[in-house]
Order: sequence, then C-alpha cells, then structure tokens
Amino acid sequence: MNQYDAIVIGAGHNGLTNGAYLAKAGLKVAVLERNPYIGGATVSRELHKGWYYSNCSYVSSLLRPEITRDLELPRHGLQVVPFGGGTTFMRNGDHFHNFDDHDRLHREMSRHSKRDANAYDRYAADTSLQTKLIRPYLMRTPPDPTSMKPRDLADLLEFARSFMALGEEKLLDTIKFWTGSVGDYLDGYFETDVIKAHIAGSGIIGTALGVYSPGTAYVLLHHYMGDVDGNVGAWGFARGGMGAIAESLSKAFQSYGGEIICDANVDEIIVRDGRAKGVALKDGTEYQADIVVSNLDPKRTFLDITNPKDLPEDVLKKAQNFKIRGSSGKLNIALDGLPTFTGIDPRSRMMGGEMHFSDSLERQERAYDDWKNGTWSKDPYLDMLIPSMTDPTMAPPGKHMMSVFVQYAPPKVEGRDWTDEDKDGFEKSVLDQISNYSPDFRDLILHCETRTPREIEAEVGLTEGNIFMGELTFDQLLFNRPFPGYSQYRAPIKGMYMCSSGTHPGGGVMAAPGANAAREILSDLKRPNTVPGGYADD
Amino acid sequence: MTDYDAIIVGAGHNGLVCGAYLAKAGKRVLVVDGRDQPGGCASTRELAAGFRISDCAQWLYQFDDLIVGELGLQAAGLTVGRRKQTVALQTDGDHLTIDGDLLRGAGIGTGDQAAYQAFRQQIDVFAKLMLKLYRGRAPKLVEADWTDRVTLMKLGLGLKLMGKGNMQDLMRLVLINIYDVMNENFDHEGLKAALAMDAITGTNMGPRSPNTVFTYLHRALGNQLQAGGVVQVMGGMGALGDALKSAAEAHGATVRLGCRVRQIVKEGDRVCAVLLDDGSTVQTKAVVSSADPTTTFGELLGCQHLETGMARRVTQYRTRSGTAKLHLALSGLPSFTGLDNGGLTQRLVIAPSMDAIESAFNPMKYAECGDRHVFDISIPSIEDPSLAPDGQHVLTALVHYLPYETKAGWAADRPQVLDGLVAQLEAYAPGLREQIVASELLVPPDFEAAYGMAGGNWHHGELSIDQALMMRPFPGSTQYATAVPGLFLCGAGAHPGGSLMGLPGRNAAKEILKQGALT
Amino acid sequence: MITSSRETMLLTTPFHSRVEAMCHLNDWGNWMGYTTPNAYFDVELEYFAIRSTTGVFDLSPMNKYRITGPDAEAYLNRMVTRNVSKLGVNRVGYAVWCNDAGSILDDGTIFRLGEQDFRLCSYQRADDWLYWCTLGFDVTITNESEDIAGLAVQGPTSCTVLTLLGCTGLDQLKPFGIAHFTFEGAPMMVSRTGFTGDLGYEVWVAPEQAEALWDQLFECGRDYLIKPIGGYALDLARIEAGFLQAHVDFIPAEEAVRPGRTRSPLELGLEWLVDFSKPLFNGRAALLEEKARGSRYRFAILDIEGNKPAEHSFILKGNKVVGTVTSAAWCPTVKSNLAYALIEAPHGKVGDQLTAEIYYQRELHWTRLMAPCRVIDGPLFNPKRRRQTPAPPF
Repeated sequence: MNQYDAIVIGAGHNGLTNGAYLAKAGLKVAVLERNPYIGGATVSRELHKGWYYSNCSYVSSLLRPEITRDLELPRHGLQVVPFGGGTTFMRNGDHFHNFDDHDRLHREMSRHSKRDANAYDRYAADTSLQTKLIRPYLMRTPPDPTSMKPRDLADLLEFARSFMALGEEKLLDTIKFWTGSVGDYLDGYFETDVIKAHIAGSGIIGTALGVYSPGTAYVLLHHYMGDVDGNVGAWGFARGGMGAIAESLSKAFQSYGGEIICDANVDEIIVRDGRAKGVALKDGTEYQADIVVSNLDPKRTFLDITNPKDLPEDVLKKAQNFKIRGSSGKLNIALDGLPTFTGIDPRSRMMGGEMHFSDSLERQERAYDDWKNGTWSKDPYLDMLIPSMTDPTMAPPGKHMMSVFVQYAPPKVEGRDWTDEDKDGFEKSVLDQISNYSPDFRDLILHCETRTPREIEAEVGLTEGNIFMGELTFDQLLFNRPFPGYSQYRAPIKGMYMCSSGTHPGGGVMAAPGANAAREILSDLKRPNTVPGGYADD
Repeated sequence: MTDYDAIIVGAGHNGLVCGAYLAKAGKRVLVVDGRDQPGGCASTRELAAGFRISDCAQWLYQFDDLIVGELGLQAAGLTVGRRKQTVALQTDGDHLTIDGDLLRGAGIGTGDQAAYQAFRQQIDVFAKLMLKLYRGRAPKLVEADWTDRVTLMKLGLGLKLMGKGNMQDLMRLVLINIYDVMNENFDHEGLKAALAMDAITGTNMGPRSPNTVFTYLHRALGNQLQAGGVVQVMGGMGALGDALKSAAEAHGATVRLGCRVRQIVKEGDRVCAVLLDDGSTVQTKAVVSSADPTTTFGELLGCQHLETGMARRVTQYRTRSGTAKLHLALSGLPSFTGLDNGGLTQRLVIAPSMDAIESAFNPMKYAECGDRHVFDISIPSIEDPSLAPDGQHVLTALVHYLPYETKAGWAADRPQVLDGLVAQLEAYAPGLREQIVASELLVPPDFEAAYGMAGGNWHHGELSIDQALMMRPFPGSTQYATAVPGLFLCGAGAHPGGSLMGLPGRNAAKEILKQGALT
Repeated sequence: MITSSRETMLLTTPFHSRVEAMCHLNDWGNWMGYTTPNAYFDVELEYFAIRSTTGVFDLSPMNKYRITGPDAEAYLNRMVTRNVSKLGVNRVGYAVWCNDAGSILDDGTIFRLGEQDFRLCSYQRADDWLYWCTLGFDVTITNESEDIAGLAVQGPTSCTVLTLLGCTGLDQLKPFGIAHFTFEGAPMMVSRTGFTGDLGYEVWVAPEQAEALWDQLFECGRDYLIKPIGGYALDLARIEAGFLQAHVDFIPAEEAVRPGRTRSPLELGLEWLVDFSKPLFNGRAALLEEKARGSRYRFAILDIEGNKPAEHSFILKGNKVVGTVTSAAWCPTVKSNLAYALIEAPHGKVGDQLTAEIYYQRELHWTRLMAPCRVIDGPLFNPKRRRQTPAPPF
C-alpha cells in the first residue's frame, strides 16, 4: 500500500524538483509535506481576502533555467516577469535609483559621484567575472577534496583549471573576493555611501553577518549569479506569487506520476541494517521506500528526523555545528491603495522596483550590531517591494500588496524566545522605517502579517528561520555544504539523501540542489540520468 | 660601485633579522632606522624616572627558535623569563588559569578540560601544516616555479596526512570565526573569552568576525616556533632589539640608528639608493624595507613611482587596528583580588566573555571609544625588578578596542578614556589608582607616529585571509619582491605576517639571496 | 523633490536645438548617454562633405578632463605610453593608456594648454582611472565634459570657413596645433585635430556660445558647402583614415570580463606611441615583457577583394581561422574595401594573403563569400592637405 521507490520529505521547491526527476526516471515517488499546502518557503497564501502573499521567498532569479525548460514549467503555468530597478532612500531627502539601463544608471550615479558612475563599469566587469566562475558549478555535484576517487580528482582538476586560467593576479583577486567583506569590496570601487549601501544589501540578505564581515562578498555574488531570460543578475516575480513556482513544479512532478501527500509530518526515518527503509509519521503511519530524500535543512535532517544511533558521531557533531542562524524577518502587507514615497513620482517605474531605506554601510553595520546584541535592528535594512505593481493577481484592482524583507532579526531575543510584544516591537521598527519615507503608508494598511524567525521556523520549518537553510559562508559552500565530506547529497546512511538548500549550491529558490541530488540518486540506482546539465556560460 | 649590497629600511626585529642573514651570507648590509633604539616594536622606554616599560609589544610568544639559534641571539644577550600562564581574571576573584594544557580555577569542568586538550592537539596539527608555509615564501599558484610547486605538493601531502577528519575540519574552520569555534568546543565563558583574545590582538576584528580562526592559528603557531611559550624579555622588549643588533653587527652588518630614511630613491626603472634625513644618499644594489607596505610604497617610495594598479592596491591595503596600550608606573605591587605574587607575574587577561569582547569591538567601528574594554596585562617588574625602582612596579596592558580616530579627536578624548580604563582595572585591583605614579595611554595613531606603522596596525596590515599568505601584502608584490626592481619587503607586511616572529625577515633574506638580487 | 526629469533617458548637447532642426532623417542614436544623430540627411553625402567640402560633427559628448598642477606633466607621463614632455604648449598629442598589465584602457588626445595645464579628451569615461592615477601626484583633475561644447569642422574647405568665422591666420596652424580666438567676446579654442584623417579642426567654446557658433559657422560655410554630419558618416571616415575606436576595435581593459580579451598597444599596431625610454609608465614592465616574448595578436588593415564590407567576418589562413574583423567598410574615396582585423600571431604581417569569410544578404538570401584579402602597411587615405601648412583654401 504505502510502498514507494522513493520518498522525498518536504514539498518545497527542491523536494518537488527532486521528486520530479526521480519520477521522470520511472520511479514511484511520494513527496511528503507536513503542512496542508505545498511549497515550503515557495508559497503564495491568501491570508487576507483578495490578497496573495509570497510570504517567504518573494522574488525569483536563481531558479535554474535548465530546470524551468526541462520540466516545462511554463507549460505547467509558470510565468516569471522581471521587475528591474531599485531605490535607496536617503536621510537627507534625496535618493538613489538603480536603473537597469546602463546610461540612465550612469546619469543617476553621476548625480552622486561621477567617479562612482565610471567605476561602476569596473565593478560590473569584476563582479561578472566572479559570477562566471561560479555559474558552471550550480548544476553540478561538488568534488570532494578529501576523496581520492578518480571522479573527484578529475572534477577538482577541472575546477582548479578554470581558476588557473585567470592568471596569478586575477586568481588572487578572486580568492580575496571569496574571502572578503562586501564593505571592503565596495570600498575598492565607490566613494558614495548610498551607492555602496544600495549594493551591499545583497551581501547581507538572509545572512547573520555585517557588511564588514569577511565572507559577505560571496553572499553578494549569490544574489548576482541568477538570471531572468539570460540577463545575469536580474530578478523577477513569479506571476501569482512564488507559490506559482511550487505549483508548476508539483504539476510537472505529477505529470510523471508522482504523488504528493500533505499533512504528513515525518517523525523519523526508518533505518534497518544500516539502510533507509522508509519513514514513520508522527501519527504512526509508515511509508516504505529504499530511497529516502530529506529536503529538510541539515540540522532537522540529522538531529530531528534521524535516530542518532543510526548516524556516525562525526555527522552528529557536524550537524550540531552547522551554522544556520536566524537573521531575517518578513512583513506582508495588504494596502488599500498605492502609498506615495518622498521624492518618487508615483508614475515612475521605480515604484515597481525594490526599495531600501539604509543609505550607508555604517547604518547597515549598526543594524547588525543590534542582531549581535540579541535584538532586532532598530534601524533595519529593508528589501521592500510592491509586487502588485507588476503582477495584477496579487491584490484586487487599485489595491496593493507589499512585501518587506527585514534584516536583521535574531533567532532569540536576548537569549529567550520571541514574545508577542517583541513581535509588535519588531513590526513597529519596520513600519516606522517605511513611514519615514512614505507619510501615507500607515493609513493604507488593511492587514499585516509579521513573521519573525519564530514564525518562519514554526510554519515553514526552517531552523531558526534561516532562509538559506544554512549560512552562505565558505565553510558551508561548495564541497563544504552542508559539511566537508558530505557534499555529494548522500547521507551517511545507505539509501538516504539530502536535497535541500542546505546542500550545494545553497539557498534561494534555485531548485539546483533538488536536481543535483536526483542525479546522484539515479547514478547510485544505475538508472539513466534525467537531470539536465548546466548551460554553458560564455 | 654601490656603498652597500643591501640597505634595510628599519631596524625593527624583521629588519635586523633580514640584515643579519644577509650579512651572514657575506653581503655588505646597512640597517637604518630613525629611532635611537633598535628593535622597532620590540622596544623599551622610560615611562617615568626609574620606570621602564615595553612600550609596544609586551610578550614574546612566537619568535622562531630557529632564528635564535642561527643568529646566536643568546650569545648576543637575549634572556627571556619563565613561561607565563594565562590567568583570566574573574570579578569574583576565582580566576581561571590556563597553564599549557591544563586548566584550573573558576569552576572549570572536566568536560572543558578534556575538550581543551583535544582542541589544542588539533590546533597543533593545523599549526604544523601552516609551519610548512610559514618558514618559506608563500607559493604562487599560476606562475608557480618548481620551488612553489614543491611547496604546494608538500602542503597537499600534509593535508592528506592529517587524516580525512582533520582535513575536513580545517576546510570548515579556516575562514570562520573564533566565536563559533569556542562555543562549539567549550562551555566556560571565561575560557572562551581568554582564548578568543589570542585571535583578535592587533587586528581590526571582533571574535565574531570570520577569519579570526585564521588569526588564532597564526598565533597558535607560536607553540611550534617558540618552545618556551609566552615569556617576557628580561630588560624589556628592547633587549630583543639590542640582541638582534649585536647579532647583526657580529655577522658584519652596519646598523645606523637615529637616522630616518626619508626616501627610497629610484633611478630609471629601479631602486638604487636611500636618501637619509641627514641629507645624504647611500647607494645600494637593493633596498629591503621592513616598514609596512603602506609606508614603504606610499611614503618612502611614493605612489608616483608605481604603476597605477599597484598604487591602487597600496591604498586599498587595510591597516586599521583597534589595539591600544595602557602604561602605569606604580608605587607598589598592585593587589588584584584573588591573586598572589605568583599569579601577578603571569599574563593577566580581563575579558569576561566573548560577547564582552565583541561589545568592546562595536563602538570602535564608528570611531567611538566605548566604556567597556578588554585587557591583556603584564606586570613585568615582578620577574624583572630592573624595570622599576625598588619595591615599585610597572604595569602594561594591551587594550582592545580603541579607534584610530575619534569624533572629538584623541587630544580631547584621551584623559577620560585613560581614566575609564583605570576604573575598569580597579574593579579587579582595588586601590590601583592610588598607586599610580605615572600613566599613559597609547592609541593607534601613537603607534603609527612612534613606529611608522600605518594605521597603528601591529601586524603591518590586517591579517585576514585576503591579505595573508600568497596574497600578502597584495597581488603583484608577493614573495618579498615588489613590482619595482631593486625594492624588496622584509617586514610584517610580507608573508607570513605580524607578531614578533622574525620569519618575514628570514624568509626575505633567503629569497633575496636565492634570486641573486645582490650580486 | 519629485524628479521626473531624471526619468528622461538621454541627455542633449548644447547644440541640440540646431542639430535637431537639421536632422531631416530624424535618425538618432545614443552616444555616451546623449541623443546624437546617426545621420542628418544622407550618409554618403555627409561623408563626402568631409572629403570634399566641410562636415560639422557635434562632439560635445566626448569626455574632457582638465589636468592641472605642478605634477600635471609627470602625472600624464606615468599614465600614457608616449612622452608628454615632448609635447609643447598649444600642441595636441594622440595617446593611449594602459593598465599595469599593458592592456589598453582607452585612447584620446592630450591638449597642452600650459606648462602645468592639460586637457585630456577621451572617447570613454575615465573619471575612475584618472582618480587612481593621482595617487602620489600634486594634480587636480576636473571633469569638464559638460562645461565645453565642441564641434569637429572637417574637410578641405574647413580652414576657409573658420577663417571667415574670425579665425584669422588659422591657415598657419600646424597639424596638432592649438590656436585661441574670441567668439562673441568669449574664448574660442581651435585645434587642428580630428577623427577623419582629412584637413580639419575642432572648435571648443563654452556651452552658452554653442548655438551662436553653430549658426554663424553654417552662415560662413554656406558658400563652401558646409554640411552637418552624423555618426555613420564619421565612422566611415575614421575607418578609411585608420583610427581605432574603443568598444569596437578593442575593449577597455577594466571592462573586460573574460581572461585574454584585452589588447595591448603593441597588438593594436600602436608601438609608435610607446616610449620605452621613459623609466615609468603604466604597463611598461608588461609591454617590455610582451615585446621580448612576442605579442599574441597583430592589428592588420586588410584590403579585401570585391565590394562587400567584411563586417564581423572571420579571417582565415588556408582553412584555419586566425582572426576576426573589428571594423569594416567600403571606403568611397580610396575606392577600397577595407577592414581592421585582429590576427593571431604570427599571421597578419604586411603582405600576408588571407581570406575573409563574408556573409551578406540580398532579398533575404544569405550568401557566404570567401574573399581574398591582403594585409596593407597603413591606411590608404592620407591626403597631402591633412599635413600642409599653410592649409590649402579648399
């Protein structure tokens, strides 16, 4: 009855992707989901009548185009619409617009600094070089430097070669980039606070580090390595909200015969004789399968749903030491109309772009200090968007939906759990920040969903509410993700695999971990591969 | 005909070490320094009549024994004291003592005891690997010659030989922060903080800054380099400078003090001389600078003599530091709650927790002084009574963190900051204030002015990975040679970096000789 | 501060009202963020204005930087590959500048306005690089791109037209010389420079004088058949005359992403601009090394059989692709089918016989043409009037 070839735990985008490729290879696959709805952090929810919230992830760029095409997601209803552009409001009443158009951006930057406007070309070239280095590895399994297997050695050699081709100085600059802070990196190009601050936001989103913490330059890259229609670094909305991505993936999965079971809260992975044999739900139901794939983050995978006696000690320790820090919050707001913003023409296309309210690296660093001190940022960095400016399905006509991503919010407040009062205080600091630049904004609020790390963890199951399922620092990237020695999607138990954002290439709605894991599973089963290779980048 | 084969700019420890090795190889060497004392940061100064202090570095913990032997520094007069324990002071007087592998006091548990030993063992494994990289030039990666390839292969082999577990751990640890690693391994807040202090000394980083495991490893290399552990130099740190000077002279080098190099002179496309403050020009085949890279390129040579890309790298080299120094002359032995004389002579650390260190770090980022600081204290006059009049004492303390500049300026802020620091010490040493005969606070710009270290950075440039190893000080000027023919680096701004270690000087000398740059 | 004006896409030059009035084709392009005409009335006739009468090109969008101070000469000498010390006051020099790796960042002209006073006129923006070059030098850099309006007045009758405008004695001005006049009581600078390879001048005034200058210039030039020219005609003239253009014939080094895509002055045939006797300039060490080792590429001007422009063509030696075309045009004055190509060394020596793989379309039908071509030793167009002093009247 409950017998499958493979069971995937968690119907987030990676779980569905993984399931789809296994099903496409002819396996009988079930994806189990704890919630009554699918999507994980890739959801659209109608929490206020008529308004749809992408209440976790909210924009799309990283979703691998190879997967979109291969699983025919557009045919299954997915439409990704780029929005482009962004604004950072300044305390002095001015602002910085980040136009997509090069000349326009140059002109806007020149208003702040001609040197910066010119340096941007150098910045863009240097940063593109880095995205070009990483992009070919997104749809691949990382080689294991500690292994002596021919495949790992060959992959490592190839990896090394692509870096060696840069020449000595560029290679060293690359190492500097991968280990440096976004603040120091930007200081090497720009002199204007607001320009640096606008760009630096991408270096701290979802990350428990400050703009001057080494390692944040890579996080910036992580937000630049995606694309919309081949425009590397561009971002877009999934029409209908991020749930449309999960929805289309689920249809693709079902089209290959896959089965989705909701309200299935997994208690433990069943292991017999050192082999995964299925899962047991909290309600006692059991599902049998020789392949069990966890789409939960590494901590939940190894510390919650796996019996410690089935795991080697080093993996337990590695899972405990895995860095997955809550650092972000989210507000989803239903608005009675379009708010006005100081200094922006309401007809400007910038109303459809991202808006930020931190105009200096110092303010961003201070926001991080609050987090270190165990409280939410009193002057938070916000990544705010009004998706209903681009996507008419998000709110009733004339009304709007606002998505506010908030950095930073700690997993615990001064060492204790979040209380409702804390949540109110957090919400207030965010609304105040926006109101500073939008006098009529508060009066337009019809409904506000506020999610601190507490809610994100409780509802989505992301440990500490970490959106990337593990910090994106080098100690947890590539062959180190989730842990050194376990980066190839195989858990230490035979037949058990990992496919979450906690594996390479990491977080964001990318679906690459799910696909890469499927390729490894199929290879172990000696089945033909169904997972597409990465597009060659020129 | 040149006057010298090599002129070493700066008679700091690295300059003297480099000069001594070059002289030992039969080269005509001149070491020049604007200070009247040799040793640079290894310096002793009179704070008040009869009170002498090590006014910059106060501990010796990673000076390479190999250099001591090869240059005959003991014969040249270097005497060091007994191995210091680290005593992490607690407010209740029940202090934590770290004595080699042993921990005692402050209610330290057996779990932490065992964890500490295991931790030290693993750190030693990593340090031994790093040692392969430290006692020679850091290899180039693309333009690697055979020497570099051999180094890389040795490293690779070393990694494999550590065992898979250690290698996996190293891959994870090398870029992360000491804060997490301490929390992963230990429970005792005082222990974690005391160890974390080793990671942040001389840097512009807090314990939560990624890369502080690397700086910790850098310091932990001391266990491999200097068998004697943390010690004080008898006669003050300046005695190390004196010994190095004697050794260099014994090997045939000329050491000229009190005469600053005003300019490194370039003629045509190569460096050929130095211009001294007395107006004289001394010709040489090569100039080897032990000054930090910012000073060497930016001031002594001048960025106008570099190509633009290199000049850009010079200005982007990070040299900020948050390390300050408190010096007190005391009328008697201070009384620290819970410490007897045997305890007082140890290395005393005040850092209640890692969060306290981090909180001390935060204000500095915004040019603020903060009101809570952490201390690394030495009362050297107990083991070495020559440093103070009979029955009286000197206390020196490294203080973290104070900014390079403050909004009001240091002239305005200095008195109250100094007062605040003394007040913080009094919480552990009641009555200390009444014993003060003389006091001073040195902040980063003071170190910059006194020792010519840009930014007052003790490591001659932030020792984070992106400015370390084969990236040190920056691409294009690695392996001790620079983009300018005839100009070399031998200071802490060159690989393997800062602390009184002597290796940049030794490595540079070997490399310069190997290249035949002085023939 | 509602700023909907910032939403406008392109800027206009100080001549815009006049340019717009004469742009009968309404064919506009984007040059450096400015609305500029691709063509005014007919590309070919505009081109022939340059070669036979006088063509006027609005070069206001060019980037202009003032470099002043005691170290101005030393600063430029470190920056560019040629020796600026040899440039006299009121003289102009063509120069290229490189990064440390010896890769070209851009080319441009240096106007020496005084002992310590220079103007750099560049095709690409250079604010960032010029700033980094100041480290260690006592110089002041001012971006005066928007403070100066410029017209290129090029062609056989240009000297006569400008003389009528009030530039008395202009015929005595040598090539690459600078002369100062007044126009409507304000300073007007004229340099005998240009991007056409013909007799020609560039006229520089304050933006306030721009419209009057345009009006009077066309008034004075009417009998000498003065015509405005757009970007297309100028491009034709510059290819015929052998001038390189950034982002077309080379990529500015700091904007290159992929390794190996940058080019050195030696590779671009500009070694004559590199003065190795200077002890220091950006790229010197790398270029010396390249000179010793040999360049990877060789810039070649190709004379191609037939009349089909070899735009974007591959260049073959036998069956092997050895290079690509960067610029190409049928050149109406020299009646030749010319192309610039970057050829992999050791190919591309003068006299080398190569093949251009040309694709062209007629009635939607594509034809592939394998056209024989020959590497020639310099631009074919090089008229005497370009160098003559006094300048001929027409």
